[in-house]
Amino acid sequence: MDLNLSDEQRLLRESAERFVAGSYDADHRRKMANDPLGFSPVVWKQFAELGWLALPLPEEFDGLGGSAVEIGILMEAFGRGLVSEPYVATVVLGAALIARCGTNEQKQTSLPKVADGSLKLAFAHSERAARFDLAKVATSANKTAQGWRLVGSKIAVLDGHAADEIIVSALIHDHHGPSRRIGLFVVPATAEGLAISDYARLGGGRACNIGLSDVHLPEDALLGDGSDALPTIEWAVDGAMAALAAEAVGIMQTLLETTLEYTKIRKQFGRPLSANQVIRHRLADMAMQVDESRSMALRAALKADSPPVERARAASGAKAKIGKCARFVGEQSIQLHGGMGVTEELEVGAYFKRLVAFDTLFGGSAHHYARHAELGRRA
Amino acid sequence: MDFTFNAEERAFQSEVRAFIAKNLTEEMKRATALTPSVFSDPDIGMAWQRALHRQGWGAPGWPVEHGGPDWTPAQRWIFETESARAGVPNVNVMGVKMVGPVIIGFGSEAQKNFYLPRILSGEDYWCQGYSEPGSGSDLSSLKTRAVRDGDDYIINGTKIWTTHAHHANRMFALVRTSDGPRQQDGISFILIDMKTPGITTRPILTIGGDHEVNQVFFDDVRVPMTNRVGEEGKGWTYGKYLLEFERGSGIASAKLREGLKAIADLAESDLTGRAIDSPDIATRISEVEIDIDALEMTELRVLSALQTGQNPGAVSSILKLRNSEIRQAVTRLGADVIGHDALAVEPMRPLYQLNHEPATPEEMLTVVPEYLNGRAYTIFGGTSEIQRDIIAKMMLGI
Repeated sequence: MDLNLSDEQRLLRESAERFVAGSYDADHRRKMANDPLGFSPVVWKQFAELGWLALPLPEEFDGLGGSAVEIGILMEAFGRGLVSEPYVATVVLGAALIARCGTNEQKQTSLPKVADGSLKLAFAHSERAARFDLAKVATSANKTAQGWRLVGSKIAVLDGHAADEIIVSALIHDHHGPSRRIGLFVVPATAEGLAISDYARLGGGRACNIGLSDVHLPEDALLGDGSDALPTIEWAVDGAMAALAAEAVGIMQTLLETTLEYTKIRKQFGRPLSANQVIRHRLADMAMQVDESRSMALRAALKADSPPVERARAASGAKAKIGKCARFVGEQSIQLHGGMGVTEELEVGAYFKRLVAFDTLFGGSAHHYARHAELGRRA
Repeated sequence: MDFTFNAEERAFQSEVRAFIAKNLTEEMKRATALTPSVFSDPDIGMAWQRALHRQGWGAPGWPVEHGGPDWTPAQRWIFETESARAGVPNVNVMGVKMVGPVIIGFGSEAQKNFYLPRILSGEDYWCQGYSEPGSGSDLSSLKTRAVRDGDDYIINGTKIWTTHAHHANRMFALVRTSDGPRQQDGISFILIDMKTPGITTRPILTIGGDHEVNQVFFDDVRVPMTNRVGEEGKGWTYGKYLLEFERGSGIASAKLREGLKAIADLAESDLTGRAIDSPDIATRISEVEIDIDALEMTELRVLSALQTGQNPGAVSSILKLRNSEIRQAVTRLGADVIGHDALAVEPMRPLYQLNHEPATPEEMLTVVPEYLNGRAYTIFGGTSEIQRDIIAKMMLGI
């Protein structure tokens, strides 16, 4: 039992923190917020050079074989700078799905390109009618003589506008009609019949809604052998939640520090805000919730490859708990900044909005408390 | 980073399990499960202390030369966790975890030689004389006074919330020996034989129906000066040292998990009409379970820091605060889970020796008393408000 960082992990944390502190400031974030791409291709190239895009990929495909703990270290540093590069979409979701269920050939085609920064991916799964139920997919993949024909629509696709290829989940229909199997299909961004409408995402970065009207794909667009991909999807989304949980911890830590500084400097009634016990206790609660969140994010990462129920309960537990803590820390950061906290002139709001996006993505706190309970009863 | 126990640690875990299986009797187990107050009655608790002592495990936190087992932080965690899982009785914490470390740290050789073996063997039973009617969270305002008279102190005053004073043969107390510029000055740390003439004990019944705490009065109680630990007037330093042990003993998650499991078992049983089928109850169980997961991870992070000689710092206040809040959430949930059975009051104690058929099933007997007694968790050992002050000061520097 040893939860201290190893030397390599400490180096990774230091280099990530240094990079974020050096490359990300308020001006950069404002520029990105108004940028049609929403992130910097130059920074993406640097990610590749630093080895971060290869971090969790298998070594035989030019990866570094890192674990969810290393991803968490990186993501926490990203959170401190509100990094908007499509890291989760490409590496934590897209590449993970290919690495988990692609054929050897599919992995060989894609993963080295992810590692060197020349291939960006996205994962299109959520549908409006499904809400947060990962098993509910209405988009259909119909078997044709040449391959597949995809019909349907997807929402909240992270960074889909920037992806070279989008991995789309669809219910497989064969000659007998709909099967019970969900398949994962690699759809090139240029495919005919694919309509992407992107929007600025709450708290930075972009997302899109996707329409698929008779998108024809070759046989080998289907990842793997066509067995039901739901367990893989659940695994990948749990992994993304663990990564985003670590990012949320970085965001909350920054908000805590910023707010603490402000309450020491801001004077009212002739003394600093922090001289008031009600303020000190609020900050103590915030610090405590940041620390609990750090524990839960680490726990989700450490259990990312545990047996499914254990893994899923750890991921949902982290998502539920950190979502709740994130709202508290974010809302109280604004409260303690007073009127200025509500303005775009300070960055408190931007950090808060990213936390709201975190709590919403893949289902909010209430959803994950319920999922945790449901999985507990099945266990 | 390694989230599993290594081969040595697993071997130790087996050793602890085997020890418990061999020594924990069904009677002790049942008595512990049916004790709604914080501490086991001495006949149960001290029987367990004697078993631990025979094994050389009587005082896990002590240095080897005084009879400690020389465990690593991981071993202590395993020991506490396995003990909680098995439902072992509480030993005399005031002896082993409180006064013991102070005597080891600041006591004379004579005091070490006399008191430490008696704590280990369970011969002495200690209580803590800290709070007074006028001094709760503001502990250093205490007024019980010790005046020199030849080689003795004459003590006058009163202590309150004294857990198991009615069972203890010894008390360690903070008393005022002089008045300094600050109220923390002039306090001394004294060891008192409870049989000394002039000491009277008044029981205080708490809202859960248990007699656990007392008020103790001192009328011209004569105590030899050799019973003072360390220097005169430095008692506050020793007392604070002890409080950090009290707050930061730091391994509470396993006990909370067992408490929640008992509630969850009731919720899944026909005895409660399967309370768990209510989505509200199911979600609340998950909510508390996740809070325990977070606390456990924080404990393991502290443990990892300790293993490499780092100081975990103000985190011990976080642990105390979260433990007490989660404990209350568990007991509140319990009272809700048992539904109408929460209405029944069982006034007899101990609950494991009732001579009549209780109104509710045995599994439910402690639920409401634990909820009611549990309100004290956020009060004793420094209230939650004091803990938040400490976190603000120590962690945030404000």
